[in-house]
Amino acid sequence: MSKFVYLIPLFPLVSWAIIGLANRNLSKSLTGIIASGSVLASFVISVLIFMEKLHNPAAETVVLFDWISVGSFSAKMSFLVDSLSSIFLLVITGIGFLIHLYSTGYMHEDDGFRRFFAYLNLFVFFMLLLVLGDNFLVMFIGWEGVGLCSYLLIGFWFKNIDYSSAAKKAFVMNRIGDLGLLLGILMIYQTTQSVTFQTVFAKESLGLFSTEVVTAATLLLFIGAMGKSAQIPLYTWLPDAMAGPTPVSALIHAATMVTAGIYMVARCNAMFTMAPLSMDVVAWTGTLTALFAATIGFQQMDIKKVLAYSTVSQLGFMFAALGVGAYSAGVFHVVTHAFFKALLFLGAGSVIHAMHHEQDIRSMGGLRSKLPITHATFALGYLAIIGFPYFSGWFSKDEIIIKALENKPIIGYLLILGALMTAFYMSRVYFMTFWGKFRGTHEQEHHLHESPLSMTLPLMVLAALSVGGGFLVSGYVEHNLATVLTDLKHEGDNHSLHTMMWGVTAACLAIAGYWLLTVKDKQLQADAEIDGLGKVVYNKYYIDELYNSLITKPIDAIANFFGSIFDTKVVDGVVNFFGLGIHWLSSTMRRIQTGNVDTYFFAMVISIILILLFKAL
Amino acid sequence: MNQDIIAGVPLTWYVWLSAILFAIGVTGVLYRRNAIVIFMCVELMLNAVNLLLVAFSRFHNDPGGQVFVFFIMAVAAAEVAVGLAILMMVFRNTKSTDIGFLNRLKF
Repeated sequence: MSKFVYLIPLFPLVSWAIIGLANRNLSKSLTGIIASGSVLASFVISVLIFMEKLHNPAAETVVLFDWISVGSFSAKMSFLVDSLSSIFLLVITGIGFLIHLYSTGYMHEDDGFRRFFAYLNLFVFFMLLLVLGDNFLVMFIGWEGVGLCSYLLIGFWFKNIDYSSAAKKAFVMNRIGDLGLLLGILMIYQTTQSVTFQTVFAKESLGLFSTEVVTAATLLLFIGAMGKSAQIPLYTWLPDAMAGPTPVSALIHAATMVTAGIYMVARCNAMFTMAPLSMDVVAWTGTLTALFAATIGFQQMDIKKVLAYSTVSQLGFMFAALGVGAYSAGVFHVVTHAFFKALLFLGAGSVIHAMHHEQDIRSMGGLRSKLPITHATFALGYLAIIGFPYFSGWFSKDEIIIKALENKPIIGYLLILGALMTAFYMSRVYFMTFWGKFRGTHEQEHHLHESPLSMTLPLMVLAALSVGGGFLVSGYVEHNLATVLTDLKHEGDNHSLHTMMWGVTAACLAIAGYWLLTVKDKQLQADAEIDGLGKVVYNKYYIDELYNSLITKPIDAIANFFGSIFDTKVVDGVVNFFGLGIHWLSSTMRRIQTGNVDTYFFAMVISIILILLFKAL
Repeated sequence: MNQDIIAGVPLTWYVWLSAILFAIGVTGVLYRRNAIVIFMCVELMLNAVNLLLVAFSRFHNDPGGQVFVFFIMAVAAAEVAVGLAILMMVFRNTKSTDIGFLNRLKF
């Protein structure tokens, strides 16, 4: 079955070509069928391959063709099918299909319907390439490709200037990370003379690395992961990326693309394990991001912004897991997070759809009776993310916390705090949206309606996965992923049961605490009324403003200096100096040409005599 | 017999003769104002050089110099043909062969 793996990325690619080329000649329903159908076909093959890998977890390489072959360097276009890539395939195509289906409903009234699906298919293609590549270069194509699609889809409504600048912001920040990744790949190639995963991670190649080199290489790779997976300090693009259509936020900026960094680090786990310093950096960056983003989530009023910061925070959890050596727990959380965060985003999309593009939770409230399916599924997603016992998030998050407590206890305690904060801000957004009284305008209230089946069906499937996903995947994580990911083992006392209870109590405490403190009888503040610490948090700690004045403004100033001063004065000055100089010289010299032939002859003879004299001397 | 006489003339005499002819040519070019005379002076200079070339060619037993002379003569003939044609046209237009007519060709 593995030899058919090339079909998985091929279907979305062909679909992209068809929709992109045919464009207006295709009816909307046909576009939806082709786009969703291609991803569904990929999903079916992914399931078959996954089933095969379930019984036979040995890694297989499928070579398609020789791609680059220069001197001793060669790179093949080839795919690696193993436990890690097959679970990612399943998540990408599975959730990808559900979101395509959802989009046929959500985007139905949009003029760019076909363009949207073309981009979405292209994204799925690149994402599949990213996780399937059996060497760093193929992964890098996918890595850049998803960045491009992310840019195109964030700026999908490009007529809005804010949206297109959000797209540019995402693109530029990702480039910073990508430079790190590229340098890391070059460093690995220089040391091992190979870019193929299985060659690089073989024992004899890893022996070529000194501690310094492996630390530098892994840190560079991690910079790439920081950019793609929105970690401090490169996280600010992700909340702004919510400018894109909601299905895009769900697919790209929650479930799949942003987890590429976790995939890459997990794929390179053999190298990261060799560099304890890098592991510390990964763990602390993840933990700080998890806490920092969660605090911003407390004060955001835009439902998608809260979810965006929640995504940043959850990605922080995953990196913390990787950093403490619990690679499989990190990947586990990627999978469960994909379920419940896609569900929450799509649920939010359904709410926004019903509210006529109102995203401010202050205008919502009491929606549980108006949108019963959306409410029920959102509630399940909410319970999953806060780690309510036996929901999917509970399995993975507690797994992370247990491993963290074993290997790096401080990280573990901070993550418990993070889990508590997650419960807090998610309770806030859930209760403010679905409980209490409706706070929007009459017109909005009149128009409230449950979304069509194409939108609610994906919600229901994802809700089922958010509830049961933990059971489904935990066995696979424990047994099959071990063939690819080597977790750090800790000798000593086992915390498991003990800490699981911690997570649960923390979650319950947070819900109750929030309920008592905020919802009961607190007046909602308008933007202008928010003050004190709340204002700082509401404005995201002014990080954007800080970057603006620290980086953007100086670069602007330098560019301005070179553009309008250096260029006009110095560069143009030099060019004009030569031009004017030659002009002056020739207008002076032309007076020598008197037209008197006698003078010419005389000059000629004298010159010849002089030349001969010089020669003689 | 004639060859012996010519061979008996020392090389320096040829050099001196050429130098004198050349100097006469240069002086003519510098001092005369009639374009036709200037032309003749230029020819004189060319032929002074030709004479020198032939003399050295004989002295060194190298026929290369004589070949070169043929080329110079051919080029000079062509030059004269073109130059005299130009002069003809100038004369028809200005009724004069004074070299001063060229002072119109300035910037």
